[in-house]
Amino acid sequence: MQILIDGVSKSYMDSKQGAVLALDKISLTISENEFVVLVGPSGCGKSTLLNIVGGLLSPSGGHVFVEGLPEERDPAIGVVFQDVGLFPWRTVADNIAFGLEELGVAQPEKQARLARYIKMVGLEGFEHAYPHQLSGGMRQRAGIARALSIQPDLLLMDEPFSALDAQTRTLMQEELLRIWQATRVTTLYVTHNIQEAVYLADRVVVLSRRPGRIASILPIELPKFSRDKGENLPAFNRYAEEIWNLIRDDAQQALLEGADG
Amino acid sequence: MTRREVVNRFAFMEDKAASWVPWVSICTLLLVWEAVSRSPWVSALYLPPPSAIVAAGVDMAVSGELWTNLMASMGRIAAGYALGSIVGVLIGLALGFSAIAEAAGNPILYSLYPVPKIALLPLIILWLGIGEVSKITIITLGVFFPVAINTYAGVKNIDPLFVKVAVSFRANRLGVLRKVVLPGALPMIFAGLKLAAGTSLLLLVAAEMIAAKEGIGALILHYGDLMLTTKLMVGVVVLSLLGVLFNQAIHAIEQRVIPWKQ
Ligand SMILES: Nc1ncnc2c1ncn2[C@@H]1O[C@H](COP(=O)(O)OP(=O)(O)OP(=O)(O)O)[C@@H](O)[C@H]1O
Ligand SMILES: [Mg+2]
Repeated sequence: MQILIDGVSKSYMDSKQGAVLALDKISLTISENEFVVLVGPSGCGKSTLLNIVGGLLSPSGGHVFVEGLPEERDPAIGVVFQDVGLFPWRTVADNIAFGLEELGVAQPEKQARLARYIKMVGLEGFEHAYPHQLSGGMRQRAGIARALSIQPDLLLMDEPFSALDAQTRTLMQEELLRIWQATRVTTLYVTHNIQEAVYLADRVVVLSRRPGRIASILPIELPKFSRDKGENLPAFNRYAEEIWNLIRDDAQQALLEGADG
Repeated sequence: MTRREVVNRFAFMEDKAASWVPWVSICTLLLVWEAVSRSPWVSALYLPPPSAIVAAGVDMAVSGELWTNLMASMGRIAAGYALGSIVGVLIGLALGFSAIAEAAGNPILYSLYPVPKIALLPLIILWLGIGEVSKITIITLGVFFPVAINTYAGVKNIDPLFVKVAVSFRANRLGVLRKVVLPGALPMIFAGLKLAAGTSLLLLVAAEMIAAKEGIGALILHYGDLMLTTKLMVGVVVLSLLGVLFNQAIHAIEQRVIPWKQ
């Protein structure tokens, strides 16, 4: 199964400037079992593209196709949102079960999957806690478990760790790699953190800004683990440097515009 | 070198009063009241002492008079409150959730809402007669508006992210309504239910004072006409207790239904 993003454009209506072109003819293929990271400066349209791929926003032009599903059905897409979006009125277990309920998964299977994914993200013992009783990192892990438990054909993640402190973030990145290794789910991951992109990706897609276009696509040819350590470190830094050079001007521009209000 | 300890200037925010404070405050009020009404300057006709009210209340309870009136009032309020809050929640959900319902219903809701419902009482009696139906209807109306408007506001306040999450996991419209919109609006719905509790008591008494043989409102009016202030005050005290119990009941239900509210 692969995801084909074919000439996707998106313009937003803006009261001041008229139509703003957020994405301009993006074409990209995400292969089965591939971990693609979308990186780019603030406002380049990363979230927009992710929402379009997830079927939560209509593109102004172009199409997104899913090819080669084993049977005739809609693809199962698991989304991890930037602000997690755990329902405050559901316990951790009931939050993770939400997608399973909507899929109509039978009770014994549901319990089995719940147990499995709660264990996978290390939330045993917190099944009956409410989201407000969890730390930020635990909430993110619950959000990841919720997305994984439906055993998605495609996993979409929008800056899932951007609200976490640096240490937690590093741990969660390692955790994500471990989980990904176990599931090998096709993933589109959005971040504005270059190190994170190089750390996680099979391929990094660099977006430029105004309009959002693909500036470059870099396959990361490093082993999947310990990329930022030992002998891998020089190559890791070269990749990061290369990406930084690609988006530096855009990022500065974004900062200036932000300062103007 | 001098040394000064840093003290927590925020501590007063965490102050907790001892559990006996409310009781002492109530007892003090009763004692002062008792003393004032027994003093030579105040006639017991204008302000009967609490002890006399309690004694009269016991008499009226024993004779069954209190009971029949209380039951009549409780029946009306239960019917009107239940009807008004169910319809209010349903209409509020519909207005908040469906763009068409919102566009069509909002102007009507907001133009009727500010009308004091007591002003409609003569009209309702004209339409529905002076029986039970008109009394229950006026209470229903009084409950409906605050509940509907709070429910609507509750739905509108729900973070769109929650709806997005639900939809991303393939929830349909009904699923979103049942699993996101309703639980998300519950805190506001309960705020509306609490507001409506006070309104419903007010309208109950008003309706019973206009036309009723039985009911606490009728009892108060009756003893007022006869200048039997002590018995009148029994009715007032019963209303006060009713209001307190009503709020406590709603609060207890709220705690059960919204355990996730910290
Ligand atoms: N609902 C909207 N209405 C109008 N303009 C929008 C809307 N959503 C996004 N935009 C604009 O589209 C552009 C891309 O937004 P998007 O949220 O996709 O950026 P992003 O790359 O995810 O940024 P960030 O890293 O800050 O999250 C921005 O310029 C933004 O102002
Ligand atoms: Mg974004």
